[in-house]
Amino acid sequence: MYSEYIEPTVEVVPEIGFFAQHLTVYWAVFLEFRPVLWQALLETLYMTFATVTIAYMIGLPLGILLVCLDKGGLFPNRPIHGVLAFVINTFRSIPYIILLVFLFPLTRAIVGTSVGTTAAIVSLVIASAPFIARMVETAIREIDTGVIDAAKSMGATNFQIISKVMLPESIPSLVRGFSIVTIMVISFSAMAGAVAAGGLGSLAMRYGHMRFRTDVMLITIIIIIIIVTIIQFVFNRIAAKIDKRIV
Amino acid sequence: MIKLENVSKVFATGEKALDDVSLNIEKGDIFGIVGRSGAGKSTMLKIIGLLEQPTSGTICMLGSDVSNVKGSQANVIKRNIGTVFQGYNLLMQRSVAKNIAFPMELRRNPRYTKQEMGRRCAELAELVGLGDKLNAYPASLSGGQMQRVAIARALATEPQILLCDEPTSALDTCTSKEILGLLRDINAKLGMTIVIITHDMQVIKAICTRTVVLDIGRVAEMGNTAQVLENPKHPATQLLLDFNV
Repeated sequence: MYSEYIEPTVEVVPEIGFFAQHLTVYWAVFLEFRPVLWQALLETLYMTFATVTIAYMIGLPLGILLVCLDKGGLFPNRPIHGVLAFVINTFRSIPYIILLVFLFPLTRAIVGTSVGTTAAIVSLVIASAPFIARMVETAIREIDTGVIDAAKSMGATNFQIISKVMLPESIPSLVRGFSIVTIMVISFSAMAGAVAAGGLGSLAMRYGHMRFRTDVMLITIIIIIIIVTIIQFVFNRIAAKIDKRIV
Repeated sequence: MIKLENVSKVFATGEKALDDVSLNIEKGDIFGIVGRSGAGKSTMLKIIGLLEQPTSGTICMLGSDVSNVKGSQANVIKRNIGTVFQGYNLLMQRSVAKNIAFPMELRRNPRYTKQEMGRRCAELAELVGLGDKLNAYPASLSGGQMQRVAIARALATEPQILLCDEPTSALDTCTSKEILGLLRDINAKLGMTIVIITHDMQVIKAICTRTVVLDIGRVAEMGNTAQVLENPKHPATQLLLDFNV
């Protein structure tokens, strides 16, 4: 559809100046590519939303386990903690682009194919869940241990300590972590373009890199910047609003 | 009420934190446990609070032997003890009312309905002089006010013993006096048995009826506070009473 490079049909008006003229040109390119950009944006949002949802279902319990199984935790168990920490560190050490290719067999087993948007979610989840686990662990460790001791002295069960102390007390930190995770998934999902996963990153690669359309690439980058800024802003506001430590 | 007989606690490292401690805390006492750092006060607190078991010796609490109870069994007995800490240990994301209600929530007892919890929170906040702060969050309170919330929280489930771990160590002198006054009121009004663990002889002097002085894990001296303060026999007691530099 957009295989040939079409010179933007914008009249050059010298009086309006360099910046305004470029803006006009880019606006024209934006309008021309609007359907493709829209499609790519939806794909990015779909990948990010699905990944973050599934990855939290795995990462949140793992993060809680990391704290509870550790020395001085609610149910310390050195061997299990060691294995868990090792697995998490291993997956965190592998660069995403390598993990993506490495997980092809697993992806094929789960989704039935190793290419496409849904296929990319498998590796995105596996790359981000260990990161989420560490994020949750850090958030919970920020809580004053005295509060957990107090709950213990009141006869709280382990489940009550997790559900009524650890999670509610670390919520502002968890929300801040959530925005970091989401932004990381957006940037990882761009790499998934390598397996035709679609999305904004893939669009930037296909047009910007392979077809030398630097203008299209620039527009996708601007869109990604806008999304990231919105996410960061919204979640910072939510975190500040719910944090009762801020008077 | 609480009776310790020949209690010793040796840690895995071989360190002997408590060595053959015997004491008897009666109902209605304000019992002071005093000693310098490393005297075994914290271990004592953990043992009385059933957070740790002694290596040897027996503990009787409210008429039953609790020397070796752990887990859910210990949780049942812990319900009779309210604890107040040096660092307040309030839940920072919960309001004052919700903090006071916390131990009632943990209980999952049908007796504690929402209305009952609300009523009790208001009553306790009034008792500790924070009737107007129910919806405030701990971060907006002063140290003294936070300790008042902690005391109200400790009393929420109507325990028979109030265990205080250095309750005034983080507070200035005036606020300390107010908190100690509050503890004495609670003792008088509710007939509550109070155990205070402290390094500060002023606290002992101010409110404790009976006192035990610990020194490197052993009982150095024990008796009525007046008797201990006026006629200190053990060098550890004399050292704690000597404020001259």
